[in-house]
This record gives sequence, C-alpha cells and structure tokens, in this order.
Amino acid sequence: MRAVRLTVTAATAVAALTALSACTAKSDAADGDAIRVTAADAKCETSTKSVPAGQVTLKIENKGAKATEVEILFPDDRIVSEKENIGPGTKYTLTAEVKAGSYEIACRPGMKGHGVRQKLTVTGGGTTAKRDPRLDKAVADYRQYAQDQADQTLPLVETFVKAVKDGDLEAAKKAYAPSRLGWERTEPVAESFGDIDPKVDVREDGLEDGQKWTGWHRLEKALWADKKIGAEEKTLADQLVGDLKDWQKRVGKAEITPSSMANGAKELLDEVATGKVTGEEERYSHTDLVDFKGNVEGAQKAYELLKPVATKNDPALAKELDKQFAALGTLLDKYRSDKNSYDFVSYDKLTKDQTKELLDAVNALAEPLSKLAAAVVK
Amino acid sequence: MTETQDTAGSPSRRALIGWGGAGLALGAVAAGGAVAATRAGDDADPAAAEAGGAVAFHGAHQAGIATPVQDRLHFAAFDVKTDDRAEFVRMLKDWTAAARRMTAGHAVGEGAFGGLAEAPPDDTGEALGLKPSRLTLTIGFGPSLFERFDLAGKRPEALVDLPKFAGDNLDRARTGGDLCIQACADDPQVAVHAIRNLARIGFGKVAIRWSQLGFGKTSSTTPDAQTPRNLMGFKDGTRNIAGTETDRLKKFVWVGDGDGGKDESWMTGGSYLVARRIRMNIETWDRTSLQEQEDVFGRDKGEGAPVGRAKEHDKPFLKAMKPDAHVRLAHPDSNNGITILRRGYSFTDGTDGLGRLDAGLFFLAYQRDVRKGFIPLQRQLSSKDALNEYIQHVGSAVFAVPPGVRDKDDWWGRTLFSEEA
Repeated sequence: MRAVRLTVTAATAVAALTALSACTAKSDAADGDAIRVTAADAKCETSTKSVPAGQVTLKIENKGAKATEVEILFPDDRIVSEKENIGPGTKYTLTAEVKAGSYEIACRPGMKGHGVRQKLTVTGGGTTAKRDPRLDKAVADYRQYAQDQADQTLPLVETFVKAVKDGDLEAAKKAYAPSRLGWERTEPVAESFGDIDPKVDVREDGLEDGQKWTGWHRLEKALWADKKIGAEEKTLADQLVGDLKDWQKRVGKAEITPSSMANGAKELLDEVATGKVTGEEERYSHTDLVDFKGNVEGAQKAYELLKPVATKNDPALAKELDKQFAALGTLLDKYRSDKNSYDFVSYDKLTKDQTKELLDAVNALAEPLSKLAAAVVK
Repeated sequence: MTETQDTAGSPSRRALIGWGGAGLALGAVAAGGAVAATRAGDDADPAAAEAGGAVAFHGAHQAGIATPVQDRLHFAAFDVKTDDRAEFVRMLKDWTAAARRMTAGHAVGEGAFGGLAEAPPDDTGEALGLKPSRLTLTIGFGPSLFERFDLAGKRPEALVDLPKFAGDNLDRARTGGDLCIQACADDPQVAVHAIRNLARIGFGKVAIRWSQLGFGKTSSTTPDAQTPRNLMGFKDGTRNIAGTETDRLKKFVWVGDGDGGKDESWMTGGSYLVARRIRMNIETWDRTSLQEQEDVFGRDKGEGAPVGRAKEHDKPFLKAMKPDAHVRLAHPDSNNGITILRRGYSFTDGTDGLGRLDAGLFFLAYQRDVRKGFIPLQRQLSSKDALNEYIQHVGSAVFAVPPGVRDKDDWWGRTLFSEEA
C-alpha cells in the first residue's frame, strides 16, 4: 500500500498494554522461582498461577508428540514473550520482564491454533489499569483474525510464486490478486512493522533513492506490462514468500489497541479513497476492486469486533456504520457476478461516473468510521 | 460574458454562446498594445469598508442575493445520495446550524481543536482566526430534487429545465445538481471552508457533483460603486439591481405571494437561480482589435460608456450600436424590460492542457421566474450576440432558492419539507 502508517503501533494509548518488553533467552535462573510448564499434545500444565512482577522464568518441557510453541500473552493476546518450535521431548527455558497484571500462558501443539491456556497473575507494583474485558476480547479476536489472514495468505502466495517460477504467465496472473487479499484485509497491522510493507507492497513511484524494487507490484509489472518472466522475477518471487513469512511470524506481536483497530479500519477506507479509486494501486493488472473489497472486509471485521462497545456508547453511530457498510458492499457486488468469488471487473472498465459512485459510497462510510475510535474509548 | 447593462433601469446580463456573431469583422489587427485598463477598483463600494464583518443569516430572504456582492465565491452543486426523507431533513437542519455559526464567524460544532484526541475535530480549522468576511451561504433546490422524497407536486412551475441554447457545449460533469450552496465571502479561505465543512456534514446524504471557485466579482449590487471588469477587460452589467432597490427586487427577483400554482406558497420570498459556466476564448479575444472589442460589447473599453456616450452610467443609445452588440441585445429595452439580478464571478481554473487559460465567467443570476428572465434573454443572445465568437457555455444549472431562515429555530427548506408549510 501506500505510505506506511504507524497508527497501529502508535496508538497504544491504553494503559493495559504497558507491560513489558520481553526478552526471549535461555536463562539459568534458579529453578525455585521458575514456573514449570509441562506441554503435551492436548494439555498445558503450569506449576503456579501467580508470580511476583519482574523477571519471570518458564521452564518448559514438551512431553507431547508434536513440536509446540509456548507464549506468555497479554489479555488481548499480544505476545509478551514466546518460544517456537520446541520439539517433542525437548526442554527450553524462557524468561521475560513482566509487570503486574493478568496474563495467560499458552501452549500451541503443532504451533497453531488457540492452544491450551493457563491463567497467570503477576503481582506487585506497577499495576496497570484494567480495560473493559469486551475490548480485550475485541483486540484478541482481531489479532486472531490478522493471524488467520496471514496463515491463509501464505499458501496462496506460494501458488503465485510457483507459477512465476514455472514461467507460467497466465497462471501467475490468475494467482496474483488472490495472493494479496489477506494482506489487504489487515494492512494496517502489516504496516505497523515498518520494514515489511516496503519490501512486499511498494509501487515503483514509492521507491526511495537507492531502494530496490521488490514485491508484488514489481512482479505485477513483469506479468502485465513486460509480459515476461525472467530469472530476476523468479528470485523476487522467492523473496516475496520469505518476507511474507516474516509477516506471518510477527503478527502476534503487533501492538493492537481498540483505538488502533478503529483507526486501522478508517485507514483501510483511506487506502481505498486515495489508491484504489484512482486505479493507482494495481495500475498494470487493474485488479483494484479485489484490493478494494479486501480493504472493506478488513475494516468491517474490525468494526464488527468493536461493535458491542460502540453500540452501547454511540448507538446512532453504530446504526449508520451498519447501513453504510451494507451500502458499499451492495455497490461492490455490482462488479462481480458471483458474490462468493473475488473475480471482480477489471478496474479500467469502469466509467468515471462509476468511479465517482464508488468514491461517494466510500466517503459516506469513512466519515462516520472516523468517529469510531472516540466511541470505543470514551 | 455576460452581462449587460443598462440604463434606466434594469440590468440585464447575459451571456452567450457560441457562434460567431454576425457582424464581426474579425481579423482585424490588433493593435498591439496591451490594454492598460487598470481595474477601477471597487473602492467606492460601501460594503468594502466593513469587509470583515458578518452578514445576518436570518431574514425574510436568504442572504447572498441582494447582499452587496463579496469578492470571492465557492459554489457547489450536490447530488442526493439517500432515499430517506427524514435523514435528508436532518441534514438540512445540521447544515443550517453550521451555516448559522460559520456566517457569524464561528467554527462548526464543537470547533477545530480541544475535543477528544481520538476523534477528528468537528471543524476543519482553516478559517480559525479569520473574520466572518461577510460570508453568505445560500441554498437552492434543483429540478431533480423534486423527483425524490415525494416532492413532485411541489415543483414550482417556474423551475423549468433550461432548454438547449444555440452554441451550448455543456459538460455533464459541470451541469445540474439536486441542490446547491453558494458561498460568497471577501476572504476566499472563508468561502472554501464553508463549502468543505458542509460537504463533510453531508457525506452519505449528499455528494458534491461539481463546484466552482470564483475569484473576482463581475457585478455589483451597490450602484454607486464602479462596475467591476470581466476577464475581457470590459465593464458589463453596469446597471444591476441594487440591494437597496426594494421595488425592483420585489418586481424582478423575489417570488411573490400567489406566484405559481397552489402548492408553491413554499417559495414565497424565494427566488430562482441560474448558474452558467461560460468559458472565454481568452487568447483569441486578446488578439482582437480594440475597435472590434468595443463593437462587440457596445461600449468603450476605458470608461465603459455606451457607444456615443461619455460616462459608464449614461443611458445607452442602443441604435448607435451594432445590431449584434452585446449591450444592445442584452438590454432590457431590447427584451421587453426583462431584468435579472446578476451576481457572477470571474474564474480561472489554471490552463486546459493545451496551454489555454481555462477561464471565463461563472454567471449567476437571480430572478422571480426563469421563464421571464434568463430563458428569453439567453435565446436572444445565443442566436445573435457578437460575443458568441469568443465564449462558450460549458456548464449549466437552475435552482429554486427558498425564502430565508427566519430565526434560530428555522431551517433551510422548512417551507418545502414541513407538512404545515
């Protein structure tokens, strides 16, 4: 997308998220203060549910048959510290600086899914303010959504990349837009990691001096404008997968707050208003409407998760947002024959009147959406 | 162009269209020199003395019609985007509240700063610290609005769709609109701020269809003032209806009680507005000889006096002018006394991609009945005016302008939308 927007990170206004930076490292901390974590394929036992604030040590043992992953999580599921890929029968010691508050320890057998959870209360000074548990749940659910999008995107990217590496121009064109959907839906989260977006989603005009052009749009140009796939493109395709795996891995640590979710939703509409409506985003493939749809779906997801609180604080706003999301969805449906498919009309086929109609609908939604953050934090 | 002027009394204005007028001897040589007509300035305009002040928003008629013409314009036409009448009415009330504040020099809603950090401010902020600048906001309802909200029976007979005139080359993207807001102010930022904030309040209910900035008034409703020059360098419309001429306003501008059909009482105290974007072929005009320029208008360029007369405001002797002279054709004496109130602005929207100035007159005229005002006048001008060789009408719209907002509880369009009205 376009300019990197850091709101997701920046908006950590909510006090509950102040807890600490974690360092993941082996430690020789005395066994006496450590929490013993016994992970198996269907369980996650912890030796204590309460520890004092400060350095917390987890002595992990995987007694299951699958590799596992163990995490300390904030109430909104942001990761305090984690260790991935602890093989069957192996042990690992994880330490982290943790402030007072409520946490969970999660074991994820097979390194995926919600995992098995245990509560952990960290006591002592530096207590953090409590947030509305509904908002914690909204953030946790949104993080899961972002993770799911990344998880679902990787196979689609691999399909795209395989076609590129096979030199199959038509198959690569076909796989291009679907490979971007998950990214488009959760772009504000992805952009909060400032280094990934410039590698995977930059357009030629967005390059800085000396920056090498990589990522989706570089390949888009090769496929549609140059109409050829060379050795360079194949290398870039591999790099795209690598960069997106990095994204997939980091989603769990993104700083997400209720207001950053709300602002992220608005920013997705901003993306549409400035990049998609003009046809700049997909200037070679003209698949802008697929991105458009992805942006709107991602915004709607964030809104739906915040809606219980928004409805209570500002029922008129929630009503208006429901109406405008529906109206924009209906309008977009005019540009695909099958509502279950993401096969949209090529953007260069739209008339100026149609473009304006879309922009009017985006403005109608984005204006009230800009008030969502205030409605959820008040 | 536009406008014309007149004499004894009535103004007329006009503009015209395109084809080359009859007697133009084009070709002539232009004498080189640039015409050094210095802008006479409107120093004498009494309104200028209080340029920073506020114009009353409440009244029997909307401000921005008989109000002394301000220096700057931002005019916007909107399309309605909602089918919900109650929602549209709510927006009109919100607009009225915002207009009431802005014309008094205040920010919209809770202001431009100091509110919740997580929310965008109600007001966009660019007019903070600026004076009211005589801002007026005037609303109008286009013919297409009456196809919505069960309003068909209330469409005034006088709100006709304008016919196609000879030479019209209308751009759909600059034509029509379900409603309009005319924002006039002595400070351009104040006018632009007003349209921007109303558009923002309107998102979801209305969307801007087109808008036009005007940077210099071409008419005055204060007769003692110097008539402003248009971009062709001429004074045009020297005898406009003055804001103080109650009788002429009543006769030619305000809709009277009993005008129109039985369901039209909602328009009493209102008026009808015609807006035309008239592009001037600036470069060809500039290489036209002084003689021809003066013949085309029927006035001298320096003083603005009608042919054969000495002073701008001298009564014109129409027969001394060429048959296709603009003043002659547009004059009330040539049009059975037709008189309209002109409030147009010069515009320049940069250049057109071919290096030609995209400039001209954004013609605005108020009248009691379009069928007895702009239409017959434009028929005459579009077929005969020598000026047509140098201009082209590229945008057009017509609106019913309802009466004024009476007091703090009243709102724009109440007489149309309230059942008791």
